[in-house]
Amino acid sequence: MAKQERRGVGDSDVHRAKRGKNWAVLAVLVAFIVIVYFVSIIRMSG
Amino acid sequence: MTDTSIFVPGATTQPAAAQGEVRDYFALLKPRVMTLVVFSGFAGMIVAPGELHPFLACVAMLCLTVGAGASGAINMWYDRDIDAEMARTCARPIPRGRVAPSEALGFGVVLSIFSVMLMGLAVNWAAATLLAFAIFFYVGIYTMWLKRRTPQNIVIGGAAGAFPPMIGWAAMTGGVSLESILLFLLIFLWTPPHFWALALYSCKDYARVGVPMLPVVAGARATKRQMLIYTLLLLPVAVAPSLLGLTGVVYAAVSVVLGLLFVLCAWKVLKAPDGDDRPAKRMFGYSILYLFLLFALMIVDRSPGLITVGLVPLGAGG
Repeated sequence: MAKQERRGVGDSDVHRAKRGKNWAVLAVLVAFIVIVYFVSIIRMSG
Repeated sequence: MTDTSIFVPGATTQPAAAQGEVRDYFALLKPRVMTLVVFSGFAGMIVAPGELHPFLACVAMLCLTVGAGASGAINMWYDRDIDAEMARTCARPIPRGRVAPSEALGFGVVLSIFSVMLMGLAVNWAAATLLAFAIFFYVGIYTMWLKRRTPQNIVIGGAAGAFPPMIGWAAMTGGVSLESILLFLLIFLWTPPHFWALALYSCKDYARVGVPMLPVVAGARATKRQMLIYTLLLLPVAVAPSLLGLTGVVYAAVSVVLGLLFVLCAWKVLKAPDGDDRPAKRMFGYSILYLFLLFALMIVDRSPGLITVGLVPLGAGG
């Protein structure tokens, strides 16, 4: 209980879950950009 | 009143599905099934003739993995009603309320489109078309059409799981050939005895939710006979890659031994008294090991410096 009382806004389970998903989406987007970049370089170089 | 309701107004009104974490979405991709897909797809790429830039090969594997996972997510969306009723599947993210059904569907559809498009643009459109067809087959033909209608669901629907080595082959060669069809057949014939072994000891679950698995409809005895027939049919097909020059003598010899052990498992299941699930459970476990070992052997057999002896001259099957 005491531990939960120290929680502020944004520390709830829902917020943590959403934060985790946001980071995952960011990671996927960055990975996608990197993949498309290298695929383009490789395909253009024949 | 909870602390959450004090500090985060509105959080308690969130539906349970909104609390889904990254691991819940990962679970939607059926990671265990994905392992076999990746492995068999990789084997298909290794044994195929031709060359592909290592980065593009990795992209091909990524697309195959994501595509397989995406079809798993759509399968979980469609089967959420029966998943909730079955002991084996009730802990999946949708029945547990961790992920909303609509989110699972969107997740699966987006990943399917992403994997097929990237495969086409980065690797080739033959592999992309096969990947798209495999996803369609698993979702449309198996999950939505056959699974709840016919006891042959797993026989025909099992074709969906047989595509990965064919896709791996197509990624390397840009097409389909007799050898890649053989790799397809290998998994196609392996699937019924593998899945029926599971169905034998999950029979009550399937019966309760109305899925007409063979043991539910035809009974355990008929299912066990069918399992033995499929393992016997699998024996020559498993050796055939060596006859076509895809793999060498080592693969041929070990695949025969592994195949005979698979037949022995099926025989023990057939001879087991009704109600004794242990042989079926052992066979299910062995069937996974069997396929992993076969594809591992193919990979090892084709590794540089390891192809020393072939039943036919190397390259003849290419």
